[in-house]
Formats: sequence, structure tokens, C-alpha cells
Amino acid sequence: MNEQAFTATIDKDQRIEPRDWMPDGYRKTMIRQIAQHAHSEIIGMQPEGAWITRAPSLRRKAILLAKVQDEAGHGLYLYSAAETLGADRGDLTRRLIEGRQKYSSIFNYPTLTFADVGVIGWLVDGAAICNQVPLCRSSFGPYARAMIRICKEESFHQRQGYELLMTMMRGTEAQRAMVQDAVDRWWWPSLMMFGPPDAESPNTAQSMAWKIKRHTNDELRQRFVDMSVPQAEALGVTLPDPDLRWNAEREHHDFGEIDWSELKRVISGDGPMNAERLANRRRADEDGAWVREAAAAHAAKRREATARERQEVPA
Amino acid sequence: MSGEVKHEWPLFEVFVRAKRGLNHVHVGSLRAADHEMALHHARDLYTRRNEGVSIWVVRSDDVVASGPDDKDAFFAPSGDKVYRHPTHYAIPDSVPHI
Repeated sequence: MNEQAFTATIDKDQRIEPRDWMPDGYRKTMIRQIAQHAHSEIIGMQPEGAWITRAPSLRRKAILLAKVQDEAGHGLYLYSAAETLGADRGDLTRRLIEGRQKYSSIFNYPTLTFADVGVIGWLVDGAAICNQVPLCRSSFGPYARAMIRICKEESFHQRQGYELLMTMMRGTEAQRAMVQDAVDRWWWPSLMMFGPPDAESPNTAQSMAWKIKRHTNDELRQRFVDMSVPQAEALGVTLPDPDLRWNAEREHHDFGEIDWSELKRVISGDGPMNAERLANRRRADEDGAWVREAAAAHAAKRREATARERQEVPA
Repeated sequence: MSGEVKHEWPLFEVFVRAKRGLNHVHVGSLRAADHEMALHHARDLYTRRNEGVSIWVVRSDDVVASGPDDKDAFFAPSGDKVYRHPTHYAIPDSVPHI
């Protein structure tokens, strides 16, 4: 296979598979995209994981535990996809904990109350779904297949969050205030999840040509805003944007200017939780090292024992 | 942490039979110390929601695969062997069930 065959495959909307010829840039971009996505899932376990022991009922604990386990699973599906391109899982983890590869800026915000768990499910996972559904048609086969599995599971995540919030909204005045406060804090960071505006996203054109990105950042952001407005209404909360209103001419909601300097700050490592998130991941890696080594030593010993038995008893 | 890339565990490919009567289908890969651990990890990772009734795990380095460049030798349609296809044989419409 060569460049011509690669281009023809993309043009026919068929998938590129790991052993096909591909341009170096495509391979590098795919590894970076998949690794950053995998890192986001793994780091994304922390904000909600912090609430597992403090969830208010056994049912909510079980739900949260299942959800955080799913995030771990999503990370592993994605590392698996990255490995088909010759990336090495251990190396990718090292890049993450040394700060050489990024993860989604959203996980650098703190989860202050239990309402944050609900709002993360509703808004953060909702934004993730907006981003991910088109990626089920990514031109890179293993990534597209991982995304299909992930999207099926994300739907549970979003619904449990919204249901949690509905329950709190039926509660006391203090609980309703807690939900509104969480919405106020998470709304703008959720909009930033779609990345910089199209005018400042220089790689978008190439990614669209390679069909590893199907819509621009601003298109997806608009879709998310339009989806969220009626959901906020049904819930009885106010989205914290005085400029948010329906534009009959565009048939979309207009919304206020996003504070892009905040996104830049958080991405470059200066968000409220960046240091703690990475420190936790680093510690988990270090604390788990002896387990990984012991398991490998045990497996090697068993392999030797089996080989010896085979030698002693010739077939 | 040492700076070197140290590979803890080998890579395994995972195949899941979705339900009785279907083939096992490749679903992805994972890292494990040995086959037994690979099976357990596969259960946790790929069958959390009734996705299967049976799992195979195979060491990735034991898989031998055809390459994309083998396409002609392996998969080119055998245009000169039309007699392999049922439509090659003319049977009158009046003959039933054939």
C-alpha cells in the first residue's frame, strides 16, 4: 500500500487499519489524539472517584463505582487502540505523569459538593458524547471501534447524572442551591472542552481531510449548547450566561464569549487541580510497581516450572 | 521511577463469543502477566455488560497475520475460476429447489 491507496481508502470513507501504509503525520497525530483521550479517561476517574466513599446511599455508591470503573475501561480500550500503531502503553503513561502529554482541561477543576457528581454526568459527559459520537466514524479503524463501545457506555453516565440532579432538585432549598452552584461552576469549563475557536485551531483542516475529525470545534460546541438549554429548563436551573438566547434567524442559541485565557492557563498546567491530579496518577503508578513486578516474576516462575515438567516427562 | 521503558507485561489479544451459536470475535487487547490474568482482565474490561458467554486470549506475538501487501496473492478474486460459483451453472427455471 502507498500514499495513493491511503488517500483512496479515505476518499471512499473506508477505514485505515494498523498494518496499512499511512503518512507519518497521520500516525503521529492519531497516537497523540488517542493517547490524550486515554489519559483523559484515566485522570477523569479522580474528580468523581473522590466522592465514592461519601455518596449519600448504597445505590449512589454502587452507581458511582460502576461509572468510575467504566472510565478506567475506556482508558484501557484507548491505550489498546494506540498500541496498534506501535505506541507503548508504559511509555504513554510515563509521558502523562511527566507532563509531556496532555489530557482534557476539564478534569483540572475540583468537585466541591455531591451535586458536582451529577453535573459532571450531565454536562461533562454530555459534552464528551457530543465530541465522541462523530469519532465513531474516525478513519482509523481501532479508534472508531473503541469509540463505539465507549459511546454505548457514556449514555449511562449522562443519564445517571441527570437523574441525580432531578432528585436533588426535588429536595430542599439548600439542595437546589447546591445544584445551581455546581452548574455555575461547570458550565463554562464544559464549553471549553471543545477546544479553541475554529480560527485558532490550525490542525483542524488537516484532521478533517484525514477524517479523524468530522466537525469543527465551534460546530460541536454549538450543538452542545443547543442540546443543553432545554435540559437546563426541564431541570429548573439557570445556565450562567446573560447572553444566552435563541436566535430565530440562525436557528441556534447565541451565547457569550468564552474566557479563552482561562483555557490556555488550565491546559498549560495552571488550573486549580493540575498538580494534584498528576501527583495522584504518579503515586498510583509508583505504588503499583511492586504488584506488576511480583505478577511478572510469578508468571516467569510458573513458565519455568511448566517447561521443566515437560522436559522430565517426554511425550 | 527509572527513566527507561520497562515492559512489565506482554500484550494479549482478546476474542469474545457474544452468545451461543456465534463465532468468537476480536474485541481488543490488554496487558497481563500470564494467560490466566489475561482472562480475568478480559472479563473485567470487555464483558462488564453481558457482552459475552466465552472469552479467548492469545499472546499478540503468537498471532501470524497476512500483510496489506499480500492482498493480491491472498485475496484477489479468482476470475479464472468462475466454476467455483453456483451461478456458473445454467439450470432450467422449470427445475425446482435448486
